[in-house]
Amino acid sequence: MSRTTTPPAASPRSRTTRGPSHGPAGPDGPRGPRTWIGAQTFSAGFVVKLVLVGLVDALGVYGVLASAAQQQWGVLAFLVAALLVVNLVYFSRRAVPGKYLVPGLVFLLVYQVFVVAYTGWTAFTNYGDGHNSTREDAVEAILVQDEARVPDSPTYALSVVTRGDELAFAVVDPEGDPLVGAAEQPLEPAEGADVEGGRVVALDGYDVLDFAQVVARQSDVFAMRVPLSDDPNDGSLRTTDGSAGYVYASTMVYDEAAGTITDTTTGTVYTADETEGSFVADDGTALGTGWRVFVGLDNFTRVLGDASLRGPFVGVLLWTFGFAIGSVVLTFGLGLFLAITLNDWRVRGRTVYRSLLILPYAFPAFLSALVWRGMLNRDFGFVNQTLLGGAEIPWLTDPVLAKVAVLTVNLWLGFPYMFLICTGALQSIPQEVYEAGRLDGAKPWRMFRSLTMPLLLVSTAPLLISSFAFNFNNFNVVYLTTEGGPQDLSAPVDVGASDILITFVYKIAFGGVNRQYGLACAISILIFLIVATISAISFRKTRALEELG
Amino acid sequence: MATDQTTAVRGSRGSRTAPDAPRRLSPRRWWREVGWRHVVALVALVFAILPILYIVSSSLNPSGSLTGSNRLFGTVAADNYVDLFTDPVHPYAKWFVNTLVIAGVTAVGTVFLGACAAYAFSRFRFRGRRGGLLSLLLIQMFPQLLAYVAIFLLMVMLRDLFPAIGLGSRLGLILVYLGGALGVNTYLMYGFFNTVPRELDEAATLDGASHAQTFFTIILRLVAPILAVVGLLSFVGTFSDFLIASIVLVDPDKQTLAVGLYQYVSQRFSEYWGVFAAGAVLAAVPVILLFQFLQRYIVSGLTAGSVKG
Repeated sequence: MSRTTTPPAASPRSRTTRGPSHGPAGPDGPRGPRTWIGAQTFSAGFVVKLVLVGLVDALGVYGVLASAAQQQWGVLAFLVAALLVVNLVYFSRRAVPGKYLVPGLVFLLVYQVFVVAYTGWTAFTNYGDGHNSTREDAVEAILVQDEARVPDSPTYALSVVTRGDELAFAVVDPEGDPLVGAAEQPLEPAEGADVEGGRVVALDGYDVLDFAQVVARQSDVFAMRVPLSDDPNDGSLRTTDGSAGYVYASTMVYDEAAGTITDTTTGTVYTADETEGSFVADDGTALGTGWRVFVGLDNFTRVLGDASLRGPFVGVLLWTFGFAIGSVVLTFGLGLFLAITLNDWRVRGRTVYRSLLILPYAFPAFLSALVWRGMLNRDFGFVNQTLLGGAEIPWLTDPVLAKVAVLTVNLWLGFPYMFLICTGALQSIPQEVYEAGRLDGAKPWRMFRSLTMPLLLVSTAPLLISSFAFNFNNFNVVYLTTEGGPQDLSAPVDVGASDILITFVYKIAFGGVNRQYGLACAISILIFLIVATISAISFRKTRALEELG
Repeated sequence: MATDQTTAVRGSRGSRTAPDAPRRLSPRRWWREVGWRHVVALVALVFAILPILYIVSSSLNPSGSLTGSNRLFGTVAADNYVDLFTDPVHPYAKWFVNTLVIAGVTAVGTVFLGACAAYAFSRFRFRGRRGGLLSLLLIQMFPQLLAYVAIFLLMVMLRDLFPAIGLGSRLGLILVYLGGALGVNTYLMYGFFNTVPRELDEAATLDGASHAQTFFTIILRLVAPILAVVGLLSFVGTFSDFLIASIVLVDPDKQTLAVGLYQYVSQRFSEYWGVFAAGAVLAAVPVILLFQFLQRYIVSGLTAGSVKG
């Protein structure tokens, strides 16, 4: 990381030119041989740098090899570029700012710039469950899904074997030849198999599992399918007891040349549709598994145009505003009220009150939400049972009360922050302002409205805006308290009465059985546009406020 | 609202002119101007503290169920704490260690990367400096929080290429968090770095110190307060993060407290309440301790524009 120093006496040239703003590069530039090697001394700092960059290089080369093996050319190109930049920056005598910026920038590029771009790209695809890979993978999955045991197919005597951690089947086919195969590797003749009593008892390079070992991994064993050949239409070998294998074949038949899949039980022909990423029959029904394709603005038009989705989306959008505004108003209101109340030197024990009042702020937010969730439980919770004497108020399961509940939890969490800020802001308002007001004959309420509030807002308005933006995406409070519930059963997606946009996106992407990444990303982008617009407008407005102060 | 403002004003004005004024207040006037403030404060205290008392009481209640926990401090025993560390399905101790390690490493990494970038922006003049600062601000407008679907998809891809940093890996999660290390933090630190006089760097350079020596031995010590604020905010933010941790960490042994404790509450809620409460109390301890320890830095950090995460 650190670059070595040349002792000043040893190199007068670098001494005169060295300075924080420009590196002491020689006339040959950073790549000139003299500045590259000649001026380096093998001090401790240089050794540390050599070791660190060496480590990065080793990891990078490993990464290049791994991505080449997986044919991930994009990743490979990025790694090569990153390695070149790292080595050039750290071994050059120039590019001093680069030495400090590169580490952070690498993380920023991968985990922020790239994922934002990836979000944008995914929003225009149908990526999601059933559409998460290529067409070839989809064909294979469809054929596997509809596999059934072939009637009167021969029985294979089967032994479960392992190579390393990988399970495989060693079988003796009806002709008596030993074969071996694994999930990714179709059956092939087993070299060096030891057959005894019609089954394989030993096999070179594999361990044969005994009955107890098979039982220990039975769910893996029973889920395993070994293709009979490279052609997916041939079917596969499976076992239901770990000792006998049967041939399973799909009722679906894939015709690669025509791009169709035919269901042999019904005779329906499904044709590949590249715009939908699915195999579609003439009557419009599509097979459950498809592949990832670019769908343009479909996700956006679905959210805004499809009536069954627009309803829930608009409802969630309005509540998100309600929640964010309500949270800011309530926390600020209570925080300010308490700050004013305790801002009187005659109140004894003010410091004790203050330090206790900010306890909710120090309590981790995710815990607060979970604790309140228990307290608000309808049948057993503390609020109903103890505070309300055995009432049965459905705090978390009634659409309106669930909203009240999340606002209450957020009020509890947020008011100490506003209290701290308002206390600070109140103390910085000069008292002369109030004396002038009194001389002008202002009543207390008028002074609060015309003096305290405007002056307070000058310093707190930016914080209120960032608090709004924060609460607009306050995932923890909503999701951990109510999970967005109670669920709206009439909607086509999993959405509840207290869902805000970000929890709505979470449920679309990770909630139910049908994950829709493309749609989720599209809504993420809409959220971003909304928050960015509001921030831009309100920051401009607050500048007007600042001129006032 | 109206009366409190005037009294507040008079009160603080009085503090300068007549320090022993309260003794002369009649009981009635004392009540009208001071007494009610205690009532308000006490009501607020109950609201602020009751949930905390309740969870501490639940954690000590041996019945362990939600219903049984409604009488505050009815019976006190450590059963739940014992169960917490002996439950094989919910490896609490592992969650705790995971969380401390993940949040700790992330905080140190964030501080280091942010400080390096802030040093570069504050001390060097190079091409693209202004543009760089501006792009950092713009990139930060699209928070990582909104890109979590893409983060998940990226982690799925990394799992195949580099299992050590892919989906399900704690190191991978740390790297995701470090993606947000620049941005807001750099701004916060950049402002602070600018307050350290440049003459110090120049003196060090004249004495033969390299830029690395200047950075590590001089500058970093002088900006320690802002490093503490950024480190604390990062630690607390990571500690509390449920969203990204829940999608990246699948294996129960690798999860964090936020993800693990959520499971106590979401599955078989009411029987596990006592154990959950014990877990919550212990989980709150490190954060509350940090807050106490760094309290004076936090207040200035708060007003610098950060929000609870």
